Amino acid sequence: MNEIVQALPQPIAGRPRPPTRALARRDARQFRVLPGFGLTLGYTIFYVSIIVLIPLSTAFVRSARLGPVRFWDVVTTSRVLASLRLSFGGALIAALVNAVFGMIIAWALTRMRFPGRRIFDAMIDLPFALPTAVAGIALTALYAPNGWLGRLLALAGVRVAYTPLGVVVAMAFVSLPFVVRTLQPVLGDLDREVERASETLGASRMQTFRWVVLPSIWPTLLTGSALGFSRALGEYGSVIFIAGNIPKVSEIAPLMIMIKLEQYQYSEATAIAVVMLLASFALMFGINALQLWAQRRRRAR
Amino acid sequence: MTARITRRSAAGLIAAALSGGYLAARPRAARAADAPITLLNVSYDATRELYEAIDAAFTAQWLSQYRQKISVLQSHGGSGQQASAIVNGLQADVATLGSAFDVMQLYTQAHLIPENWAARLPYNSSPYTSTIVFLVRRGNPKNVRDWADLVRPGVQVVTPNPKTSGAARWAYLAAWAWASRRSGSTEATTKSFMKTLYQHVPVLDAGARGATDTFVERGIGDVLLSWENEALLAAQKLGRGMFSIVVPALSILAEPPVTVVDKVVDQRGTRRFAEAYLQFLYTPQGQQIIAENFYRPRSPAAAQQYAAQFPAVAQMVSVEQAFGGWARAQAVHFADGGTFDQIYGQ
Amino acid sequence: MIGRQQVPEELGRYALLGIALVYLTVLVALPLLIVFVEAFTRGLVPYIASLLDPYALAAMRLTLLTAAVSVPLNLIFGIAAAWAIAKFEFRGKNTLVTLIDIPFAISPVISGLIYVLMFGAQGWVGPWLIEHGIHIIFAVPGIILATTFVTFPFVARELIPLMQTQGNDEEETALSLGASGWQTFRLVTLPNIRWGLLYGVLLCNARAMGEFGAVSVVSGHIRGLTNTLPLHIEIMYSDYNYVGAFAAASILAMLALVTLVAKTLLELRQPELRAGIARQA
Repeated sequence: MNEIVQALPQPIAGRPRPPTRALARRDARQFRVLPGFGLTLGYTIFYVSIIVLIPLSTAFVRSARLGPVRFWDVVTTSRVLASLRLSFGGALIAALVNAVFGMIIAWALTRMRFPGRRIFDAMIDLPFALPTAVAGIALTALYAPNGWLGRLLALAGVRVAYTPLGVVVAMAFVSLPFVVRTLQPVLGDLDREVERASETLGASRMQTFRWVVLPSIWPTLLTGSALGFSRALGEYGSVIFIAGNIPKVSEIAPLMIMIKLEQYQYSEATAIAVVMLLASFALMFGINALQLWAQRRRRAR
Repeated sequence: MTARITRRSAAGLIAAALSGGYLAARPRAARAADAPITLLNVSYDATRELYEAIDAAFTAQWLSQYRQKISVLQSHGGSGQQASAIVNGLQADVATLGSAFDVMQLYTQAHLIPENWAARLPYNSSPYTSTIVFLVRRGNPKNVRDWADLVRPGVQVVTPNPKTSGAARWAYLAAWAWASRRSGSTEATTKSFMKTLYQHVPVLDAGARGATDTFVERGIGDVLLSWENEALLAAQKLGRGMFSIVVPALSILAEPPVTVVDKVVDQRGTRRFAEAYLQFLYTPQGQQIIAENFYRPRSPAAAQQYAAQFPAVAQMVSVEQAFGGWARAQAVHFADGGTFDQIYGQ
Repeated sequence: MIGRQQVPEELGRYALLGIALVYLTVLVALPLLIVFVEAFTRGLVPYIASLLDPYALAAMRLTLLTAAVSVPLNLIFGIAAAWAIAKFEFRGKNTLVTLIDIPFAISPVISGLIYVLMFGAQGWVGPWLIEHGIHIIFAVPGIILATTFVTFPFVARELIPLMQTQGNDEEETALSLGASGWQTFRLVTLPNIRWGLLYGVLLCNARAMGEFGAVSVVSGHIRGLTNTLPLHIEIMYSDYNYVGAFAAASILAMLALVTLVAKTLLELRQPELRAGIARQA
């Protein structure tokens, strides 16, 4: 009840609570001028509840049936643990790789003029617009031992498809837009005069980057990477085609949920889901905090 | 507080309920529009071509006999995956799965069928048999002849996951039966053979189709432990001359079963059609189609006619003989903590 | 002196540009290219034939139907949520905004799982519904629900910041001049947010038509009935029908390209739309 009340409109603190129709009284500017508050908020809360909150709560209720000891046993079996490690580890590597390359790409797109720039710029969003199943079969066709890139890599003794490396490639694909799109506006705003000044003072480009550029973009870089990490963590469609799905080697956690579901182990499936949900929520709050912090820092400058 | 909110938000809730009502109303509207009778056959991976042919023949026969149109819908996937979908509410009129264990789950998990389901149709409700053979690459470069060769260094074996695939369970049991019949073998030596065998598996797909795909199209592995029908299909149609079949000295008699899903057909009123559909599998025409799709027919006539296309297996063991039935085999080998988990170290 | 310093600097810049373009080409452009190459390996006739296959056509129809229901649902929700959140102050607003973000943060598989737990025969309300002949899971409603869930935040996420920056002044003026609430929305607010609305709908639609994981959990894979285009791709792929799989994939890839072009055009018209995408994507 307490949370429901919290989510509902309250008189602004400090103002004496009006005796009636408290909901309509907000700050002076909006004081009962615009209509439709009850209608739209009612609908929003109703819709959020039936589409998101109620279904989501079933996951927590179902996994609670296990009890804490069984829950712990389920999520720490070596196969489940391996899948969680691959999902988290793979997403982390993909996010780090994209942090580096995404920064270079964002820099090239905002700071350099070259033919085809607009096309490359639009291409950044392709992983987001391309359905994951399409990405999955396309990446598999490319990196399979008889594919265009797979054949070349096989000469170097590197196997991508059907190995954990394939998982990382698919994750890097889906998470790229987040890093680039988060960085671009910030890099565009960055005061180039400061960089020039730093260079005229004799700093090398590396030094300028390290001491001038990086400090002002790194909260944003972190935000973008965290967004990418969050997406890669839950990714399913593009990964399962290329992963090979070998137990304890290239099984991702979402697939583990599917497998448990197919073995009639509903509570076990939801236990893994709950671990991932908690991670997602933590990430979401972390990202929100990061964004606020990055905004404040940028305003302060 | 709550009362005030309710009043202010009532209109919002009504609007929401209206749009939500659309979703709820849909299935009923959709059913009214479906005039012809539909049957849903939920089957395993390897039977896509088989049931395409069966469905066409059955609906044609029914139309000419009763002047009534039936359309049969198909769903395919890993056998275990499909059984779990039926248990979760997939409206299958008939289930035609890869192993009796999966059909058994329809009884044990949800009581969708009676316990004696297998006794309702001839041959324990399995209208055909099959077995597990080896598919190797052209010229058999690794010279794989029998089960022992699978664990030689450098040999890679492709087989799906026994937890989700019917074919994989048969393959697992076949390998186990072979290993446990070697002279001087103990449970420990059998397990150690199985453990080594699965160390030679680079990809463990969820279903037989995925495994065949990995082997045939993606070029992974030296041997595919495959349904006989999938191997014959791959050898004859997919890459002519690219693959050949090796028949091990011992393999397992696989008996994929079929059943009507009682709870569904009684609710939908389709029992008559569903039962006729399954009985069609046992007719001369049905057995013919079964044989044409590389499954071993039950009827002696069809078996004799197509004898040449099926390689002879020197020693064919059944689950009854070697493992004391499906329930026991499941409990010992594939249940949580069973031998598969032990060798795979779950 | 100047010349000597500039040459390595220019080299460095072009090296970085080269790295960026190679990374983009290998990771993003090649997968797109291979979809079309594989789709046309056998020529135009098998390509068209596999698209005219009855199962492929049924999958396209279901994909269109799914988008046609879930996108408007989320559009109405998005406008309502943005109106309440952007135009009014109330406690718990941040919590509400966070709740709206949930579907973006969680795995599609979990999005499907929760509907199985709700509506499956072993689930919470499923047994009762099935008893009464209402089938949600492994039927079209389940597919629509799962799609609605995963595409739920798009329009709201795009409109909230847009309406926040626009403020309430115009609406308040209209109201004080005697317009009704609905007139105000239709004649004042809607024209202001139309590009943002279109942008949100565009992204929502792209995801709705392409969703795989969540839909895969609740579909049941009945050919001709509950297979969407992405699921049809998977089935063709595991059927060794690569032309069929990549032909269907090419349709979705073209949809993605159209989405990107339309999105770029909208951004040219209203550059601030782009700020939303980082969170959206």
